[in-house]
Amino acid sequence: MYNFLIDIFGSPVIAFFVAAALPLFLFILPYALIAVLAERKVSAHMQDRLGPMRTGYHGIFQTVADILKLIQKEDITANSIDRTLFNFAPYLVFIGSFAAFAVLPFSSFFVGSSIDIGLFYFLAISSLVVAGILMGGWSSNNKYSLLGAMRSVSQIISYEIPTAIVVLTMVMLTSTLNLDTITNQQTAYFWNWNILGGAATGIAKFLLIPLMFAAFIIIFISTLAEVNRTPFDIPEAESELVSGFFTEYTGMKFAMFFLAEYANMLAVSFLITVLFFGGYHSPFGYLGNSLGIEWLVPIEQGVWFATKGLTFVLVQMWLRWTLPRLRVDQLMTVCWKYLIPYSVAILLLVGFITLI
Amino acid sequence: MPIKTEEMVLNMGPQHPSTHGVLRLELKLEGELILDVKPHIGYLHRCFEKHCEAMTYPQVVPYTDRMDYLASMSNNFGYAVAVERLMGIQVNERVEYIRVIMAELQRIASHMVALGTYGVDIGAFTPFLFLFADRERILTLFEETCGARLLYNYMWVGGLSHDIHPDFVRKTKDFVQYFRPKIDELNNLLSYNKIFVERTANIGILPADVAINYGITGPILRASGVKWDLRKNDPYSIYDRFDFDIPVGEGLKGTVGDCWDRYYVRVLEMVESLKIIEQAIDNIPEGDVQEAVPKRVKPPKGSIYARFENPKGELGYFIISDGSVNPFRVKVRAPSFVNMEVFGELCKGHFVADVISILGSMDVVLGEIDR
Amino acid sequence: MTPEETLEILKNKFPDSEFTYDNELPVDAYIIVNPKDLLDVCFFLRDEENLQFDTLMNLSGVDDNNATKVKDEEGNEKLEGRTLSVYYHLHSMKFDHKFYLKVSLPIEKPEVESVESVWKCADWHEREAYDMFGIIFLNHPNLIRILLPYDWEDGSYPLRKDFETPEFYNGMKIPY
Repeated sequence: MYNFLIDIFGSPVIAFFVAAALPLFLFILPYALIAVLAERKVSAHMQDRLGPMRTGYHGIFQTVADILKLIQKEDITANSIDRTLFNFAPYLVFIGSFAAFAVLPFSSFFVGSSIDIGLFYFLAISSLVVAGILMGGWSSNNKYSLLGAMRSVSQIISYEIPTAIVVLTMVMLTSTLNLDTITNQQTAYFWNWNILGGAATGIAKFLLIPLMFAAFIIIFISTLAEVNRTPFDIPEAESELVSGFFTEYTGMKFAMFFLAEYANMLAVSFLITVLFFGGYHSPFGYLGNSLGIEWLVPIEQGVWFATKGLTFVLVQMWLRWTLPRLRVDQLMTVCWKYLIPYSVAILLLVGFITLI
Repeated sequence: MPIKTEEMVLNMGPQHPSTHGVLRLELKLEGELILDVKPHIGYLHRCFEKHCEAMTYPQVVPYTDRMDYLASMSNNFGYAVAVERLMGIQVNERVEYIRVIMAELQRIASHMVALGTYGVDIGAFTPFLFLFADRERILTLFEETCGARLLYNYMWVGGLSHDIHPDFVRKTKDFVQYFRPKIDELNNLLSYNKIFVERTANIGILPADVAINYGITGPILRASGVKWDLRKNDPYSIYDRFDFDIPVGEGLKGTVGDCWDRYYVRVLEMVESLKIIEQAIDNIPEGDVQEAVPKRVKPPKGSIYARFENPKGELGYFIISDGSVNPFRVKVRAPSFVNMEVFGELCKGHFVADVISILGSMDVVLGEIDR
Repeated sequence: MTPEETLEILKNKFPDSEFTYDNELPVDAYIIVNPKDLLDVCFFLRDEENLQFDTLMNLSGVDDNNATKVKDEEGNEKLEGRTLSVYYHLHSMKFDHKFYLKVSLPIEKPEVESVESVWKCADWHEREAYDMFGIIFLNHPNLIRILLPYDWEDGSYPLRKDFETPEFYNGMKIPY
């Protein structure tokens, strides 16, 4: 992809900027627009309502209108806030969630950056969000924000542990940290996906299947908590803490937190897709291969990747509009008493299985 | 070296999404642990009692609407019956039946709001909208009958403002048919949800003796295991003719008198109200609903304390008459006002999130607390 | 147990005190109690084996507005004898009987013992009566304004019959 862009523009510098900006404008911004609308539509239809209907056909331009409104809003900064941190926090959160997309392989033609420590980078860079949230909550000089930020930080840090342990399990199984390589190990048909034991053969594959399902459920729950979605949306529990750490934010800064939340949802969904569901690989083979049209294959791969990722985003929305919210101590109980021991057990068992 | 910590005072409200109105709670926190709660009320004080002294008796009725604005019918009902008792008016059977049906429909509507908003407090948004969509049906019934959707001014001293329309009986029966399965749906969606039970069971336990000493009434008292319902224990109107049970808290998911019990008693009460409506709807006799409305409401000198089972608890009207057309004194014993007193006691030692659970389970209406 | 029977028990128990049976027809009858005995009577009513009034349904302050004109030595007319009353509506959950008490307090010194220690729910009711009528409940743990704002003018009690709307509140003109 990068080389392709160099060919087009003739300059590595321009190609670099284009390659960096392309996914943002091509995918993530449109995704955020659609996801916000989708959330409203999903919730509406789950609740016997219609949702936004006025702007455009069935309200499809609602998010655009909302963004326009948010851009026009006055940027209110109260007197007693820590101005530097307050202004910097939304950018940090946004950078953290957006930078995570850099290592994701969207299709065989378009891998943002195929670095060998991709998984490590993903976990590390998405932790930037924690710093941003704490900054935002602290600098707002608002008790609700502070409580929300503290809750959020303790929650994200706690839930990073089961995530990391499951990721470690997958690293043991695939013996690589490179997300592109992990994807390519799950090539061909869906029985090669890691959730069905990956490329292992014989008895090991059958032993791995239940463990992989368990690992998938653990990482799904813990990433759900990391992106602060119901039933783990305690940091912004609107019935308790008004809006949690971004209570004091208005206008575009608020929109950035909002956008970052949706970007995060997608990022972790993609991570799960790569780790367990074969990344961009089709479960049935490619139309392009059977027709002999080679350029169709990468496009199909992109579509498959997006479909799988968005499915998990939809599941997250579905959960949000069904379940109530846990309490702080119950949340920690779920993490420390259940998820972590189970994920450690899975790590050990997978270790044994990969030895034999 | 010990780390220096200090208590934090958090003002929850008057503008806060889940204080159910303009209630201000002064929370003294240690981290997220509640050390003390002080409710500050009065933000919605509209001088009901002072107004009454300047009004004639029938003019007070619309003011009663605005106390517990989620159960206006029941407030009207109570006031009308209290003044009728003071004057010795006997209303005819048709009025009694329609009043009971309206009051029970109102009870269901009020409990729907209570349960729905409780779901929102806990974080489940969907049951709220399901229940509100169903509540619309009741409000439509009311609207078709008296033209108003929230503040009805329907029950007058000695009668009703309008007779029911010809379709009312059929539509009410349809509603009862429609609503029964919806209660099961609510139970599956929210009541037995694991997370919901975790959040509400064993939280804010109110023992029966404390509840009685604090004068708690209504669903909250029943959730503490006291079988007490004025419709049975001190029947007014024609409630003694109907066959229904008094649901009490049994501690199914936790301890008797916890938040889940308070929630579930309301669910069961909706079923009982449906029973009453079913028994009453077929037996409405013929008659003129304004037969007994006096030309001039002028009770003799005297006083009365009359109490009624409102959705929120015991609504008491203490009316003193000096023999003129204006009441000398009207004091309202608002159920939420009394129930709110125990709130501080219940919250101690719980977390911030539990304050919301407990407040939601009390189902207070600020219009009634502040009057 | 009817109020008359309860009254007999009370009269036997407190021989020194005065109880007036005020049967204000048509509906409710009251026992007027001497304010200084109120607390003892209330404790007795709550704890007596076969009375057990465990709930205070309602507590209500009332301005009786019953002043009569009297002439003093110099022949000037004066209003005297105006009282504020507190009504207590008791109820027993166990035996399901009711009992209504009333105390009358002179307006110059409207003081009565708080019954908060007997029934907890009297707390807010008494605060409300203080708020609206200026009745002082002695030994009340937290006798401050409840429905009116904390900065409401001292000595101004809206539900008294002689209350007049003030012209200004915190510098704002009231009838605008």
